[in-house]
Amino acid sequence: MTAATRRRILQIAPAMAIIGFFMVAPLGLMAYVSLLQKGVNGGVVWDVHTTEAYVNFIFERDFDDSLIVNTDYLQIFARSFGLSLLTAVLALAIGFPTALYMAMQPEGRRNLLIFLVTIPFWTNLLVRNYAWILLLRNGGLVEGLLRWLGLSDQPLGLMYTPYAVSIGLTYSYLPFMVLPIYASLEKLDSRLIEAAFDLGADRRRALTRVILPLAVPGIAAGCILVFVPALGAYVTPELLGGGKSMMIGNLIQGQFAAARNWPFGAALAFALLAIVLLAMMIYLMRFRRAPAAP
Amino acid sequence: MERPAIEARGLSKTFGSGLDAVHALDDVSLTIRQNEFFTLLGPSGCGKTTLLRLIGGFEQPSGGDIFLEGQQLTGLPPFKRPINTVFQSYALFPHLTVGQNVAFGLEMLGRPKKEREARVEQMLALVKLQGYANRRPTQLSGGQQQRVALARALASQPKVLLLDEPLSALDLKLRKEMQIELKRLQTETGITFVFVTHDQEEALTMSDRLAVMESGQILQIGAPTEIYEHPQRRFVADFIGETNFLEGRIEVAGDTAVAHLACGGKLSLNGQAGAPSSNGEAVTLAVRPERAVIAPAGAEGLSARIGAVVYMGTDTTYHLTLTDGTAFIVRSQNNEGARLDLASGAEVKVQIAPAAVQRLAD
Ligand SMILES: Nc1ncnc2c1ncn2[C@@H]1O[C@H](COP(=O)(O)OP(=O)(O)OP(=O)(O)O)[C@@H](O)[C@H]1O
Ligand SMILES: [Mg+2]
Repeated sequence: MTAATRRRILQIAPAMAIIGFFMVAPLGLMAYVSLLQKGVNGGVVWDVHTTEAYVNFIFERDFDDSLIVNTDYLQIFARSFGLSLLTAVLALAIGFPTALYMAMQPEGRRNLLIFLVTIPFWTNLLVRNYAWILLLRNGGLVEGLLRWLGLSDQPLGLMYTPYAVSIGLTYSYLPFMVLPIYASLEKLDSRLIEAAFDLGADRRRALTRVILPLAVPGIAAGCILVFVPALGAYVTPELLGGGKSMMIGNLIQGQFAAARNWPFGAALAFALLAIVLLAMMIYLMRFRRAPAAP
Repeated sequence: MERPAIEARGLSKTFGSGLDAVHALDDVSLTIRQNEFFTLLGPSGCGKTTLLRLIGGFEQPSGGDIFLEGQQLTGLPPFKRPINTVFQSYALFPHLTVGQNVAFGLEMLGRPKKEREARVEQMLALVKLQGYANRRPTQLSGGQQQRVALARALASQPKVLLLDEPLSALDLKLRKEMQIELKRLQTETGITFVFVTHDQEEALTMSDRLAVMESGQILQIGAPTEIYEHPQRRFVADFIGETNFLEGRIEVAGDTAVAHLACGGKLSLNGQAGAPSSNGEAVTLAVRPERAVIAPAGAEGLSARIGAVVYMGTDTTYHLTLTDGTAFIVRSQNNEGARLDLASGAEVKVQIAPAAVQRLAD
């Protein structure tokens, strides 16, 4: 080994150590756990290897040990998927106009707006979700407002539904949608918009034909940044969703705690990871090349 | 009478307010004729871009009105004006192909696909970019992007084309080529061009008429020869070409006027330069270097001493000093035949014909 290669190895060693310690080791441990047999009182039996946890994800063992398809867990995954998608769509619907508005403000005002967008991060997620309970519960502030406006005199009935979860998730992850879209809109050359106007495009068509296509990388990044953490969300579905709107995060937590089935919890976590990696790969293949190439 | 393509009346534009206010345009009036190659010429920051953006509708005037073929434009958004712009940075849409860029304006006007395709072909041929329709703007050189920008702006057949220093990003050789190209496009399409530049040579060679601007005002409008040979203001004379300035006082005797110069000599004025004036009035006179002649010391004329002689091939430039210390430049062509043998330090006379003298308003 030459001195140069030795020095290079020493230089990257700290980074490798950190990645190894914080990423590879825990993931490897989880992968190993997912392939073990569960212990009777939680934990695992370290020397019995089995793929039972992955089988349990889709099948159930009948009394005679034959496998029957069990869609309970798949349904929870599907629901998580659907709710996360809805969350991303809602966040996009709210986030894009917000980012566009921010990008069109004068320089000084923009920084203030970015600051305002990030303010919710200053308080604990738990506290913010409790605040949403106060807003959404029957007899809560939203219901009171609707009543006062004369729009409805029924109980709101929104708490502990998937809708409440989606509202909570949209709120929680909105900044992750706004900021990347803002970043792509802010560096958009304003002369391109002027050129569109100049060539006869009205506001709507300048938006659809020039601004939107050029903001696609930001929109895609925002969607990933909202969709992925929403998929694994735990606090919001726990507080706003109740038992009926369980998501993957709650399922995994349940396996490690109440059900004392660590291998199954670990297997679920890996299934989630696989979905996330798939989403990231699609994103990279689609948008990594030149910005906004079709 | 034909209606002017563009008419501006008392246009002004102020950015900001209070102490920070910038008066980018100050009471500008001008008329641009149909099918004219009209140039706005002036130093950086004089308001050329601002005037163009007011015509294009990208900015609203603080005062005054703009008319297109007699029709009031004020308040009309850019997309409702039959005026297109070639931006200095080209501003081609990076997510569209060259063909889609050129077709953009036609698409916005709702023209059918067949017509758009035919027109794209035609426009790309006009700017000599046949076969480039499927490329991306980023795959083109600066000069090619420039041509695409032109094709895109011309495709929807605007009444007026605005060009804001379209050639300034090109190197010298390409710039010369594009100057000829632009002129050809303007003649072939018959569209009125309003062209912005701060390059006086470009302005003189390309324009039918030009307006010289300084700090938000138009100083003079005229054909290139008019502007060059009869500048009315010191700034115009100085900004375009080289000029000698002579200060003096007017003495009127009958119908002739004579200027007694600060350097001691006299110049007789005629025509415009002698125009109504009173005795003792102070004047500034402008004389182009090539319009003055050097004569031997014994001849008539203003006394001068030669400072430097610069041989430049086709002509020679003499840097002289008049008796009061004023610098004076004479340029003479290096024709065959007798040449004065002049060296630095020699005493000579400068002869200036009355027709070569231009009286300035300031
Ligand atoms: N949006 C704006 N806000 C404030 N001031 C401006 C704005 N646009 C232009 N100005 C000012 O108005 C004046 C004229 O600007 P303009 O861009 O019209 O000059 P120009 O003649 O095009 O110069 P250049 O040759 O450098 O392009 C300048 O003093 C400029 O600083
Ligand atoms: Mg300019």
